[in-house]
Amino acid sequence: MKKLVFLLLTTFAGLVFAQSLTGAGATFPYPLYAKMFDEYNKLTGIKVNYQSIGSGGGIRQLSERTVNFAGSDAFLSDEQMKDIKAKTGATVLHIPMALGAVVPTYNLPGVSKTLNFTGPLLADIFLNKVKTWNDPAIQQLNPDAKLPPLPITVVHRSDGSGTTFIWVDYLSKVSREWAQTVGRGTSVQWPTGLGGKGGRLVAGVVRQTPGAIGYVELIYAKQNKMPHGAVQNKAGRFVLASLAATSEAASVVLPGDARVSITDTASPSGYPVAGFTWILIYDKLELVTKSEAEAREVVKLINWMLTDGQKIHETLDYGALPDVADARAKSLLSRVTYQGKPIGKEIVGN
Amino acid sequence: MTRSLTRGPTSFMYRMLGDRFFAAFVVLLASGVVALALLMAWELYQGGSEPIRRFGFFGFLTGTEWDPVIAKQFGAWPYVAGTLVTSLGALALSFFPALAAAIYAAEYAPRWLASIINYLLDLTAAVPSVVYGLWGIFVMAPWLREHLYLPAYLLAAEKVPGLLPFLGNPTGYGMLTAILILAAMIVPFTAALARDAISLVPQAQREAAYALGATRWEVMLLAILPLSKGGIIAGAFLALGRALGETMAVTMVIGNSHKLPYTLFGPAATMPSVIANEFTEAVEQIHLDSLIALGFYLFLVALVLNLLAGWVIRRQMQLTKGVL
Repeated sequence: MKKLVFLLLTTFAGLVFAQSLTGAGATFPYPLYAKMFDEYNKLTGIKVNYQSIGSGGGIRQLSERTVNFAGSDAFLSDEQMKDIKAKTGATVLHIPMALGAVVPTYNLPGVSKTLNFTGPLLADIFLNKVKTWNDPAIQQLNPDAKLPPLPITVVHRSDGSGTTFIWVDYLSKVSREWAQTVGRGTSVQWPTGLGGKGGRLVAGVVRQTPGAIGYVELIYAKQNKMPHGAVQNKAGRFVLASLAATSEAASVVLPGDARVSITDTASPSGYPVAGFTWILIYDKLELVTKSEAEAREVVKLINWMLTDGQKIHETLDYGALPDVADARAKSLLSRVTYQGKPIGKEIVGN
Repeated sequence: MTRSLTRGPTSFMYRMLGDRFFAAFVVLLASGVVALALLMAWELYQGGSEPIRRFGFFGFLTGTEWDPVIAKQFGAWPYVAGTLVTSLGALALSFFPALAAAIYAAEYAPRWLASIINYLLDLTAAVPSVVYGLWGIFVMAPWLREHLYLPAYLLAAEKVPGLLPFLGNPTGYGMLTAILILAAMIVPFTAALARDAISLVPQAQREAAYALGATRWEVMLLAILPLSKGGIIAGAFLALGRALGETMAVTMVIGNSHKLPYTLFGPAATMPSVIANEFTEAVEQIHLDSLIALGFYLFLVALVLNLLAGWVIRRQMQLTKGVL
């Protein structure tokens, strides 16, 4: 009994006294963030509460100023940036945090070789223009594979997601027809195919359906041991997705605010269907924090995620930021102020 | 204490006021339910007023484009149609088997078997829909594809190729799978209420019918079903409501494509499924508002369907009564 009372007391005391920060947003990096925040809590005693409600929800909560930071798989459009600027007078900083790769995965009985795809071919498949697996367009890229005359069943995400954003962003870049008729967004009007809710179910439907092709995050393909194809990048190489090739995709020149899609990367050994996931914060932290101390904790947390936190990425199959991107992320973080005080610069140190 | 309440000067106040208080209390609670429903409808309407204004009340209802990216055009018709077809299909498929199960459990089965059936019915009603969904996606859909859809499709291709456009691509994930899984999910609701209604029919009714020389079947038809129809209708309503609002299991097996025209085996989408799918990542205001508006229309569809179903079933019952 005494033990129980003690336990209860410490639990509640913990809730009351421990400092806590809140964030909300993207589900894709949630396993990574959860692990990071757990480690950070052990190190500093600071609790970080991250609600994985989706990028859209995170952005909404940030613009309502109910969270310290948001996680997002898609960057804000110029229009959205302007809206928030008008509403709050602050700019939203996009701090890249991790990289994810999206791979085409398929279920072809009897084909054990890894298939090669090009961007335009993937777009044609998802536009329902290439309808069977033994289509010359596929055979030509895979001369050694014995492709069955199976009809292609396209499987896509039915829920809005950052994975979809990266996938259709890539298709928009490599196919003009895709860009004009479908476009890019977290959910789009799909020309064909079945929709599965969540990466796990897309993987599930592909596995259950002979002749299916879908797209999932590299993590799911790896965990489920599903075959995934190599995709030709801008330099003409067929690259099979891996953590190294994903990180490589981001070692290109980034624009000042890091709001950039790195699909169809110019990096010669980079995997072309990859993207950042960002932490979004206001450059004027007094909007979402109650004290300077709290604002400092937010900056310290994100700074830690960009330094020691990056070591966690590989253990969980996320791509770590390459040096260029990490330096850019830190210089963005150093722009943070609290009532005019340059706390970002003080903490990040440049 | 009791004396002073039932007799003497306070008794009048106690009797009258106590009753009044209780009546007022009950009215308050009941109106709370009504107020909640109205408030919900109002809130949904408010939240979705922008797309309703922009596309028009009927324009939004009958629009077939749902494109949050290029055209930013939103129309609910594919989802409304999907909801109607799956829910009504599931109700039609499940109603008579459920009724038969209820009759068997209440009237025919020996007590030990009836108690097992009852227990299982209540148990299946409590299984979370995500479990149905997972089972649907990994077991039922592949099985249906191999043993029902593909053979049917091949047979049709051989004998009546004209049917093929109506059958659609037999991948296993689509409209018919959603209808079947919904039917399985709502059987316990219809059956449990029908069973309770049947066992509430007074024994004297049965005995009277037997005394008139009725067979077991006639007893059922003359004495039991007419008296228990209220409960049976209520069960069907409850089941229909559940089917209309069912999200998770349907989303997992229906294939989530709003491309019209729908086919029997091909993918489709329903209103709750698209709300669940797109709500979290709807970044643009008009997209979010359209999803809320869809919620409002779902509310209306449920209302209209309930009114309609009530009318149809009541009429049907009157017809059978007339025949008898």
